[in-house]
Amino acid sequence: MAEKHHVQMQDSYHINPVFIFRWEDSQDAHVLLYPEGIVKLNDTAAAILEFCNGEYTVAEAIDKLTSKFDGSDGDDIAKSIVKFLEASLDKHWIRINR
Amino acid sequence: MTNTGSELTVDGDGKPIWISLELTYQCPLKCVFCSNPLDFDSYREAELSTDDWKRVMREAREMGAMQIGFTGGEPTLRKDLEELVAYADELGYYTNLITSGIGLTTKRLQALKAVGLKHIQLGFQSSDENVANALAGVDCYKKKLAIAKQIKALGFPMVLNIPITRQNLPQIPAILELADQLGVEYMELANVQYYNWALVNRERLLPTQEELEWAEAEVNKFREKVEGRMTIFFVIPDYYDGRPKACMNGWGSIHLTIAPDGSALPCSQARSLDHLDFPSVREHSLQWLWEESPLFKMYRGNEWMKEPCRSCDEKEKDFGGCRCQALALTGDAANADPACSKSPHHHIIQKAIEEAKLAREIESALIVRHAGMEVAP
Repeated sequence: MAEKHHVQMQDSYHINPVFIFRWEDSQDAHVLLYPEGIVKLNDTAAAILEFCNGEYTVAEAIDKLTSKFDGSDGDDIAKSIVKFLEASLDKHWIRINR
Repeated sequence: MTNTGSELTVDGDGKPIWISLELTYQCPLKCVFCSNPLDFDSYREAELSTDDWKRVMREAREMGAMQIGFTGGEPTLRKDLEELVAYADELGYYTNLITSGIGLTTKRLQALKAVGLKHIQLGFQSSDENVANALAGVDCYKKKLAIAKQIKALGFPMVLNIPITRQNLPQIPAILELADQLGVEYMELANVQYYNWALVNRERLLPTQEELEWAEAEVNKFREKVEGRMTIFFVIPDYYDGRPKACMNGWGSIHLTIAPDGSALPCSQARSLDHLDFPSVREHSLQWLWEESPLFKMYRGNEWMKEPCRSCDEKEKDFGGCRCQALALTGDAANADPACSKSPHHHIIQKAIEEAKLAREIESALIVRHAGMEVAP
């Protein structure tokens, strides 16, 4: 079986070029479009994917998102971001920058 | 509908989020499993104009369509394909070209890339040249292989779609190797669905359950090998599944097909429901067709269902299966799809499986797609 992806704080990611990540008015949401498929994203997922543009490390994304969701527990936010990135890697939505 | 690999994880919320434009039914190939109508040639003179197609795309986009498929027949036979793709891209669609590859050249691929085409689904028959040409009804293997390489060289994401029959099933491991060498991202081993030309040839095409189980095991082995670089879709055909497919995710739910003559259809096979009228985009707005036309309302939701579907606890999951298959095999489109083991007509499917086994004893030739086919009453 494939090894499970482990996200490191210094890693940065970009959207897999097979996918298009964009806002869709008619769904009032961000979507991922790809050959023969559509994924509608919730606000949190979209907010994380916004940082998958090759310019931010995971640590930087966590910093920015923690201040955005002011008042929540920082550790919890960091954990859920890492979990979401790992799930996104499993689904091939994002790729690591090399 | 042959897109068994479609993975649609968004609920359309009543919108036609997927639109297929069947630009033409003309095709240089003569595939023995073609899903186009048997009288495909009668549509030749009635094809929509470039401006008609543009209006359809605009209206569908306004209604919330996001994915657009240019299909056929062979869509590259339309000289305005580049113009149509460019317009679709401008409107914000994710553009998909579903092609046999015949009719594509490097120059045309470059032009399509330049106008924003996002993805190409290439129909492919086999890794074995003789089998491939026999299934396609013409010599096209070498040309297809060359164009597959060109598609990848230009950086298009590619789905390789192989309609599976008993003729090409034994080559599945070799086909998977070939796809991996070509660098395809998605592999669709689409077990042939038996409509139109495929139904004509059913007893000569249908694999056995044992063959399919072998194929599935081979696919699973290969999945481990290509994890992370290739996604393989392989769905056991409804004839053996015991449960009907959730056809089109429900009638008039998320999918809209426009036939070459402008008829708006809930799926590409719906024209076979000959007790219904098929209004055209030439006379009506897309919104009226989708929301108001009797055709789209006919089997939408579950009010139309008869028993055993009506009281079935799986009706929200499979919507009673496929209306076209119910009509073609049981004579009433509102019956449960006979692929369902709960259907009182399920024996029809079992009989077809037995007939296909017997047909192996007799060597009868595959019937290739051709104009002038006698359509049984």
